Formats: sequence, structure tokens, C-alpha cells
Amino acid sequence: MTVSETSDVKANRLSSAEYVDNFSDIHPPLTPHEALVEADRCYFCYDAPCMTACPTSIDIPMFIRKIQAGNPVGSAKTIFEQNIMGGMCARVCPTETLCEEVCVRETAEGKPVKIGLLQRYATDTFMEREQSHPFTRATPTGRKIAVIGAGPAGLSCAHRLATLGHDVTVYEAREKAGGLNEYGIASYKTTNDFAQDEVDFILQIGGITIENGKALGRDVTLEQLTADFDAVFLGVGLPGVNALGVDGDDAAGVIDAVDFIGVLRQADDLSLLEVGRRVVVIGGGMTAIDAAMQAKLLGAEEVTVTYRRGQEHMNASLYEQELAQTHGIAIRHWLMPKSLEVLDGAVSAITLEKTALDASGKLAGTGETVTIQADQVFKAIGQTPDAGPLAGVSITLEKGRISVDENRRTSHQKIWAGGDCVAGGEDLTVVSVEDGKIAAESIHKALMA
Amino acid sequence: MADLSTNFLGIKSPNPFWLASAPPTDKAYNVERAFEAGWGGVVWKTLGEAGPPVVNVNGPRYGAIWGPDRRLLGLNNIELITDRDLEINLREIREVKKRWPDRAMIVSIMVPCEEASWKAILPRVEDTGADGIELNFGCPHGMSERGMGAAVGQVPEYIQMVAEWCKQYSKMPVIVKLTPNITDIRYPARAAKAGGADAVSLINTISSIVSVDLDNFAPMPTIDGKGSHGGYCGPAVKPIALNMVAEIARDAETRGLPISGIGGVQTWRDAAEFIALGCGTVQVCTAAMTYGFKIVQEMAQGLSDWMDEKGYETIADFQGRAVPNVTDWQYLNLNYITKAKIDQDLCIKCGRCHIACEDTSHQAITSMVDGVRHFEVMDDECVGCNLCVNVCPVDDCITMVQMTEGSDPRTGQSINNDYANWTTHPNNPMAKQAAE
Repeated sequence: MTVSETSDVKANRLSSAEYVDNFSDIHPPLTPHEALVEADRCYFCYDAPCMTACPTSIDIPMFIRKIQAGNPVGSAKTIFEQNIMGGMCARVCPTETLCEEVCVRETAEGKPVKIGLLQRYATDTFMEREQSHPFTRATPTGRKIAVIGAGPAGLSCAHRLATLGHDVTVYEAREKAGGLNEYGIASYKTTNDFAQDEVDFILQIGGITIENGKALGRDVTLEQLTADFDAVFLGVGLPGVNALGVDGDDAAGVIDAVDFIGVLRQADDLSLLEVGRRVVVIGGGMTAIDAAMQAKLLGAEEVTVTYRRGQEHMNASLYEQELAQTHGIAIRHWLMPKSLEVLDGAVSAITLEKTALDASGKLAGTGETVTIQADQVFKAIGQTPDAGPLAGVSITLEKGRISVDENRRTSHQKIWAGGDCVAGGEDLTVVSVEDGKIAAESIHKALMA
Repeated sequence: MADLSTNFLGIKSPNPFWLASAPPTDKAYNVERAFEAGWGGVVWKTLGEAGPPVVNVNGPRYGAIWGPDRRLLGLNNIELITDRDLEINLREIREVKKRWPDRAMIVSIMVPCEEASWKAILPRVEDTGADGIELNFGCPHGMSERGMGAAVGQVPEYIQMVAEWCKQYSKMPVIVKLTPNITDIRYPARAAKAGGADAVSLINTISSIVSVDLDNFAPMPTIDGKGSHGGYCGPAVKPIALNMVAEIARDAETRGLPISGIGGVQTWRDAAEFIALGCGTVQVCTAAMTYGFKIVQEMAQGLSDWMDEKGYETIADFQGRAVPNVTDWQYLNLNYITKAKIDQDLCIKCGRCHIACEDTSHQAITSMVDGVRHFEVMDDECVGCNLCVNVCPVDDCITMVQMTEGSDPRTGQSINNDYANWTTHPNNPMAKQAAE
């Protein structure tokens, strides 16, 4: 769809072998030998810092010891007890800022135990070897809970509730369950349809029904759900995307990074996906890096990530930043979008203004600008909540996000919430899983009181 | 450069590192490779009497236990003495000794416990030009069922008898290799000395089942569904060997009897420890079988460097220096008080010292101070047991520090710098006046 001489957006930039190679597992799993060598490095710490740093409090020393002792299946059970999405978290957690950052071997040698890869080894081994589910449902309680959103928070909540004996119906707007695991994470992090395998694994517990294509506010309402069910859990994520706030936002080639990732994840044939020769990604989070990486891997020649603040302010982990840089992606800091140049309806360049913190510490433009040629501009400047579907019941919000207490209970007696849609979250898969788990325990306690 | 040369029973070798009688010394090919690598001597793998050679199993001969990262800690074997023809072995021994005159060539022998058998083989071994013989009274499997090896070594009278025959029928120095599969090592050592043996070497392997195959419910190594006890060796047995060496070195009856130390020598440091307990040479097997012959270069260089650092010019300068310090528990100074001290700069905060002390010992190490993970010894609870030092993964992070003044905060008693042991302790019903 080349619309002008300057715009170069096309599909099929690579050979079929390059597509396969570029979108294979970026961090290959450990072999059994590698896993044993790595597991032997763990000191089995007391009150282990890694365990404290894990948002789901996985007993990391214990699961690693089970790998050492030749029991990877038992190791996976230890992981799943705290985090039923231990498999996905092993792939996408920024371990370098969580468990591995505080590993005592990081303190001692600057080389933490590869906890994430060991977790993947254990959970992969379990899912390959075991046909049965690691947990058994408690005696049915007869209680019914509605979960809105089949993302990490919703599925985690549903699984824990089902395990405790409750019946759960999950309403999911999209065609598939999994949420961002299915639609929002770079494909090289979760290959071979792992997200759907994990959903299937979670559903093995029984007692969970997923209703796909049912959106809150359109097909179901909170008013009705709170009447029909004993409790409701909201795990609706952040459906909106921030606007750039400059003219030309609607030009061809200006794309939401989340949509780009979602389309790529669902594509059967990557060679049919169009990508620009020169791509600029606006943003500093994981989504910006994921989008930039995938554009590069699809064959874009020049990929630049621009971020309005400094490197130290980026939400993407240092590890992810370096990954992008070693793949030839330029990351430029202290730049904010000023205007888009549009030729024949398609973007051809973006002009950015240099920024700095003023005396009061506030971000401000310096007046100096740079222009970068771009066939595509990806917006990855944050996702936004949508309070619309919550209409009909009274729930306290905080800057648009749902306000919850420490048990993930909202201001409404029958409604709990978790994941990216709640206020104060960290927008991490593992945090969403923990939210769902805590909410489930709280719902259970409330219903069984 | 320190002088590593040794003179053991008149047998000279350029360094104290000998290869023990075992597969690495079964034939000329291996032994010459060992000498090329720098080994000071070998004890040729045990010869049996003339006639059809022994046969070995044709399945696995070795089993093992491992530490982290699959480091081999202990090896167990069910191999027998040489299964090669006696003539071939004798010829090769002669040829190798001729080519390597500066290296020690000891020949291990095991023949039936009959005078005629020993009388027959001794001249033939002596004729090779070998420097000495080692009597294999230690092998715990296979041969012992035929009345040889450990079956002899477990009966002091037999040891004495065979040692006497060897002295009677040969001029070669006689080393008796002792089995650890007895209750008190001093008795076989005394018997060897009484029989005129010139030296003892120890330890031979320890009777062991190294592991059980849980799929087939059989000891490992498993031969067609069955397993037999084997001989255990390697780093895991070193502490047992050191104790037995020390027992002989400090026994009134055997004091001064030359000893060739064997058991888990892996590095120069292990060798230095055996020598400090009185050994004149050390014998190595498992380390070579794990890493190959090149390790002797680390051993020799390491020993030499350490001797230079300490100012020891010859092996004799430190040989036996630890023997006077091996004593009985009852003579240990009960007034010597230590407390563990954790170097907070080296501490990586794994917390193992805390949990070891808290769960299994004296509740003397903190885990949390003012809401922060912090590991600190509480002197008023610390008995100075050293467990924390041993479980700490960082070298020198926790050390034991002696108290020399003030009072012990645990007992409230003043520090007494005078020596006092159990024999004079008031709680001892057998207490007597302190010896002069």
C-alpha cells in the first residue's frame, strides 16, 4: 500500500526462513542439564529475598530445590500453588527487577540464579509430562461468581474460586481467552500458542465456563450480574489508548502499538503483515519495546523508539531496552511528539521537540526540534481505563481506575476488581495474577462467612 | 623453590605424589603417561599369583555420589586386582622402571595367605628392579571372599605373618596397605610393625553401597539386577583417612612408623594435610580418575608455592608437625572461648547461618533487626559451635573469634586464660589433679 514515493509500507520483506527465525523463542528454554547446573547455584536462602520480591510470593528456593532433587513436576506444583500462570510469568516477568534483582548471588557475584528460566523449565516440564491438573476442586459450594475479562487477573481469580468449590462464569469480549497474554505480548516471548495452552491448563480444574464475545456494557451489565451472581470480579484491563495530541493522529501509518501486537499475535502468516521501512515508536514502556522489536523482526530497516523523559524514567526494564538496542533499535530520550507530516493521507515523518526538566522539575519543551522520517508511527504512550461499561452500579474510581482495598474489594459490596483496571497497580502480568488470587480468597471468605 | 623430593624407606621420588594401586597403574601405557605428566611414583595395580588371571564383571564397575554441579565426591568400585597376565605385568614393570629410574616403582601384591604363594612371587617381583612392594590387605570386595585382601587385613595375626614372610623372602622394602573396614586401625598397624613391615599405607577403600537404583531396587552399580558392596574412595573419605593416619602416627607402639597416606587427596592442600599428620608420601587415585594425570602439576606446584610462602625448604620440614596437636577430647582446653563473628561487608544475606542456628542449634543469630533482614551473632547465646561458619557459602565471611578478656556474656563467667580440661573439671566425677 505504497501511497506516495516517500511512504514505504509493505509486507513480505523477509524470506520465509527469516520469519521463522525472527519469531522463534527469543530465550530458548533450559535443557535438563542446564537446569540442573543452574539449580545447583541456588543457596536455599532463609526468608529468601527472591520470594519476598515475587508479587505472587512463589516459594522460589523450594521449587529450585525440587529441580535439584530431580522432581521438576513437584517443582511446578510449588509454583502453581502461588501462581497458576507460572508458565507465562516465567516468560514475561521482568525478573531482573523482581526476584533476580534481589538474588543473593546478584549481591555476591553480580550473577543471579536464572530464576525465570528455571521456573519455565519446571512449568514446561509439568505441562509436557502431566495430563492431569495439579489441583483438585473442593466440594461444590453452590455459589456462583461472574468474572469479567479472561485476562491474567480474571483467569487467576476464576481458577482460585473454582478450586475452592465455586462455579465461575467468565465473560470475555474477545474471541479468545488470555487477555494481553494472547493479544498484547510480543510473540517471540510466548511461542507455539502457549497462551492458549495455559488457558486450557487453567480450565482443567473444572467449574469455569468462559463466554467469549460477551462485552461488559454491551452484552452484560453489572446491574444484571450483581443480581444474578453471588459476587462479581472485574478484570477488564485498560481498553483505551492515549492519543498523541498532535495533528495527523488519524493519518495512515499512525497505529496503536497494542493493536499492532494483537494483529501480529493472531496472524497465521507473518509475511502478509505490512511494516514500514522506517518506523518510529513513541513511548517508554514494555509495549513500546515489544512493538519496536516486532517491527524490526518483520523487516523494518530503521526503528527508533522516542521517549519524552530520560532513560532512567522508562518503564521498560533495562534488560528489555538492551535487548532492543542489540537488535539495532535506536532509543532516543527527551523527545516529545510535536507534529506529524502527512503526504497523500499517510504519515511520512514525525517532528519531535526536545525536552528537559525545568527548575521546578516539570517536563517542558526546549523549542529545539528534530524530524525523523517515518513510514509508520506506533503509539505506545499508555493505555487508558474506560468507566463507561461500569455504569449502572456505584463504584468509586481513582483517576479513572477502579479503587480497591487490600483484598481487591471495590466500594460495591458484591464487586471485586484486579489487574490493570485497578488504581495503584503496576501493569504487570504477575501483579494481575496476584490480584485475582487475593480477590478470590476474599470473595470466598465473604461468601462462606 | 622448595625441594619436593622424598626419600621414603630409601625409595626416592621427585615429589611425594604417587598414584595408588588401581586402574591408572594397571599397565605401562598408563604409567608412562603418568610419569610424563609428572607423578613422582606409582604403586602398580595389584598382582595376583601366576595362572589364569582373575576375571572382572562385564557390566558397570563404578558408582558415585556427587555434590552440586555434579562434582564427584565419592567413587565406589567392584573391580578386582589386575586381570592381566602376571608375565606381562612383570615385563612391563621392568621396562618402565628402566626407562624412568628416578620415579618410585612400588608393586602391589595379593596372593593367597600361604607361605608358598608369597615365596613364589616375591623373587619374581624383586627381579623386575621394582623399588618396593605394597601388600594389598585392604580390598573389601571379591578377593576378600577368597580369603585375600581385607580378609587378611582384618586379622592382625595374618598381617604379621605375611609381613614376616615378605621380609624373609625379599630384600625389598615392605609397605602394608591397611583396610579401614575394622574398628581400631591401631591393631593392624601394630601387627604390621611387629611383622617387620617397613611402612603402612592407608586407607584402602571403605565397604560401601553407594546408591540404590529405585527403578530396579538394586544397589548401584547394578549387574543384571543385582549389586554388591564395593570399595568407597574419593574426597568423601578423606576425613576418615586423616583420622586413621593420625591414630597410627600418635600411637605409642607405632609412632615413627613410615606412612604413605591415601584417601581423597584432590589438591596440594589435601596432600599437605596428610604430610602434616606424619605421612612421607601420599597416594592418589580418584582425583586422577576424575580429571586425568595433569592434576599432579597443580598439586606439586601448589605444595611448592605453599612451602615457599611458609619457609619450608623440604617435605621433612613440616612432616608430622600436626601430630602433637592431635589429642583426646578430654585434654581440650575448656577455658578457650570463641564467638562467631559475621563480616557484614562480606555477608550476602542468604540467611543460612540464622536458620541453621535457629532450627538446629542455639538460637544465637538474628534474622531481622529494626525491621530489616540482618544477620548478627548474639554473643549471649553463641556457644561458639562453628556450624554457621560451615554452612555459610562465602569464604571467611563468618569467623570464630577468641575471647581473651572480660567475661563470656553467655555464662557470665570471667574469661580464664589458664588451660583447664575435663580431667580436672569439677563436673567430672573422675576428676583428678591437673597433670604437670
